[in-house]
Amino acid sequence: MKRILITLSFFLLLIFIWAALTGDLAFIGVDISLWSPYVLPPPSTVGHYLWDNTLNGKIPLSMLITLRRLLIGYAIGLVIGVPLGMVSARFRCINDTLGMLALGLQALPSVCWVPLACIWFGQTEVALLFVVIMGTLWSVLLSTQNGMKNVPPIYARAARTMGSSPIHTLVFVTLPASAPFVVSGMKQGWAFAWRSLMAAEIYVSVISGFGIGQYLHYGRELQRMYQVIGIMFIIILVGLLADKILFSPLESWLHRRWGTGKD
Amino acid sequence: MIQEKLHEEIHNFPTAKLSVEHVCKDFVTNNGTVVRALDDVSLTINEGEFVCFVGPSGCGKSTLLNIIAGLEKPDSGMALIDGTPITGPGRDRMMMFQEHALFPWLDVIGNVMFGLKQKPNLNNKERLEVAKYYLYLVKMDRFAHANIHELSGGMRQRVALARSLAPNPKILLMDEPFSALDAMTRERLYGDIQDVWEKRRKTIIFVTHNVREAVCLGSRVVLFSPHPGRVREEFPVHLPRPRNINNHDLADLSQEITSALKGYTAAESD
Ligand SMILES: Nc1ncnc2c1ncn2[C@@H]1O[C@H](COP(=O)(O)OP(=O)(O)OP(=O)(O)O)[C@@H](O)[C@H]1O
Ligand SMILES: [Mg+2]
Repeated sequence: MKRILITLSFFLLLIFIWAALTGDLAFIGVDISLWSPYVLPPPSTVGHYLWDNTLNGKIPLSMLITLRRLLIGYAIGLVIGVPLGMVSARFRCINDTLGMLALGLQALPSVCWVPLACIWFGQTEVALLFVVIMGTLWSVLLSTQNGMKNVPPIYARAARTMGSSPIHTLVFVTLPASAPFVVSGMKQGWAFAWRSLMAAEIYVSVISGFGIGQYLHYGRELQRMYQVIGIMFIIILVGLLADKILFSPLESWLHRRWGTGKD
Repeated sequence: MIQEKLHEEIHNFPTAKLSVEHVCKDFVTNNGTVVRALDDVSLTINEGEFVCFVGPSGCGKSTLLNIIAGLEKPDSGMALIDGTPITGPGRDRMMMFQEHALFPWLDVIGNVMFGLKQKPNLNNKERLEVAKYYLYLVKMDRFAHANIHELSGGMRQRVALARSLAPNPKILLMDEPFSALDAMTRERLYGDIQDVWEKRRKTIIFVTHNVREAVCLGSRVVLFSPHPGRVREEFPVHLPRPRNINNHDLADLSQEITSALKGYTAAESD
């Protein structure tokens, strides 16, 4: 409870400073506006923008469009990445080829794929999905591979003496045993996917749907900094929610079972 | 109907006769030298016998156990169960390791169920009943839903024992299962394992460094010597059960075996 209060008052303080710097507190005599509202809009304008556009449905719709791209791309990245990581951990020749490729491509920020994706797929949904998949795939692949390699061999031996076939051992022993690694890779993959999608949406206009990133882009074009900042809040919110809803329960379950970590 | 099937599952005690015939096994180490882990080892272990393997480190005890478990193949010779050569791991032989090897992503009962799930002739409800019975047998029934990391070392080995017993194997292979535990816990487990053996009458092979432990548990103690790994001598143990490790006769016999063991470790270093 005390910790929540501290967190809350910290953020209130930040908003207070922001309000003081932009003239929102003129009514109580505090006004130290250093910049014009075109450069740093006051919280009230940003709030208005968010409120209006939530009510008229523009922001919810664009969130829906963006989240759909994100989830589909992420799911495809997982479905390809986890099995490839498993195969790569098992067979040395795949580790030496595909594993190396993954290592190289993981070092590449996935926004670098945008120009190619636009040439290959045009300004379409597929281009955006491609960028998201490139963001997810390699880190999921690498962490799965790493996790599987770190599983103590005794687990597989124990399973085999209990009559587990090699495939059964792989799916029901080695994979769950590497779960802590796989989950942290999934989390990293999610972060990469989210960042790359935002970059791609800001970069490329797709007529099939107006995502959040595109609103940010047009905010810049139209010199509407309140829109830019408002959308930034939305982006932060989505990121936080995903962490709390998707990954926190999974991680705390892992911690309870494995007895690792605290808090 | 279910009751009958369960009764049959739990109250039927399969055991098997094990023979090891002229088994040799070499390992090539990283720097290219060849280590002869087992050199022409032959042994016969009868149905329901409790045999302990004792010997200094590196004399091939674990290697022999792995060969019997089917996790490793001998270079020559073979191991047979009731006359059938062993070609791979099987449910008729369960292995218990020095580290408990329990799966941390499953709870206690989930671990005991793991081996049972591979048995096709039971349904899930029956499996659960069987698992509970074995947890009860090792006095861990109260902890069925605990996580593995919440258990003490002794409790973990008990669960590991229940997990190995649950699929009702003919042979139980135990590789220094108690060596990481303190003396008190170990003494309690000696009682438990003798109790389990009386009740279940399995063929048990138990590997240890501790001569007293071997004399306390085994109906026969087999001594190994290293470089190359060989069977040197066998001692039958006719003490009445249940045995207490602090018993006088037991101490005397251990003494005798220990001096025999020292004899060829000394000869080795000459
Ligand atoms: N996988 C392996 N690769 C190379 N050498 C091995 C391997 N496994 C065992 N050895 C060697 O074979 C010999 C016998 O090993 P083993 O583990 O069977 O001994 P042990 O009697 O079980 O010893 P301890 O009492 O220390 O467990 C040792 O010299 C060991 O170094
Ligand atoms: Mg050993």
